[in-house]
Amino acid sequence: MQYRSGITVEIVHVSGRTRGKVMLYALSTCVWCKKTKELLASLGVDHSYVFVDLLPEKEMEETMNQVLRFNPKGSFPTLVIDERRCIVGFREAEIREALA
Amino acid sequence: MTAPRMPTEDEVSALHERLHREAEEGGYHLNPDRAFTRDLVRGLLVNTARYGYASCPCRLASRSRSKDLDIICPCDYRDPDLTEYDACYCALYVSGAILTGKQQLRPVPERRPSPDQRQAVIREVRTTTIGGLAYPVWRCRVCGYLCARKDPPEVCPVCKATKERFERFI
Ligand code: SF4
Repeated sequence: MQYRSGITVEIVHVSGRTRGKVMLYALSTCVWCKKTKELLASLGVDHSYVFVDLLPEKEMEETMNQVLRFNPKGSFPTLVIDERRCIVGFREAEIREALA
Repeated sequence: MTAPRMPTEDEVSALHERLHREAEEGGYHLNPDRAFTRDLVRGLLVNTARYGYASCPCRLASRSRSKDLDIICPCDYRDPDLTEYDACYCALYVSGAILTGKQQLRPVPERRPSPDQRQAVIREVRTTTIGGLAYPVWRCRVCGYLCARKDPPEVCPVCKATKERFERFI
């Protein structure tokens, strides 16, 4: 499914330097999510992202369960690295350090 | 879900202007970073179109207005976050210190209770009463405005929150 402006409604993979499995859970309307997404792109690391608010109901629920495992607040952006480390919010220095 | 249409730039400008005016009238300030703030205003329009209420752009809506009353913009958490972090969670609203460049924006942790704790908070009802008052006192959950009258106003005169966001205070 596509937003009329062309925003994709699924998990998107962005190729780059491998720094482990980097997964960004974001909202399409959230500006801090946008900044995090742009930071990942500028760092050039291999990662995936998904706009949780654009998912169909069932996928949204499943994805939220994944988010809640790492971030009990269920807030965005949630960045999960190697299914171990989780960075909540646009914490630029921390993200740069984790993916250096 | 069906993807909503993107609001036009004119719609964004109109809402941006109105929110700016209402904020300044009430002693609040919008983030002076125009591009950043326009993105958030666009998010509010997208959410209004797809959910029917102006849910916070930086939080996942439940699609149920009554469950999301606390995150209809301006949310119940804006004022405590302005006091503690000089900005609301999204940084749509900022303090005077940020506006004048005396403070820098920093990440605001989520103040809204986590999904498993939300119901308890919303069900919490004030039961305190003081005998002899001619009218009940209503409190706006967004900005703290108090008024003594039979029912809360349609819209909060300070922050424009709607009637159902008032709680009985006394
Ligand atoms: S006031 Fe609350 S709902 Fe509105 S943008 Fe800020 S954090 Fe989001």
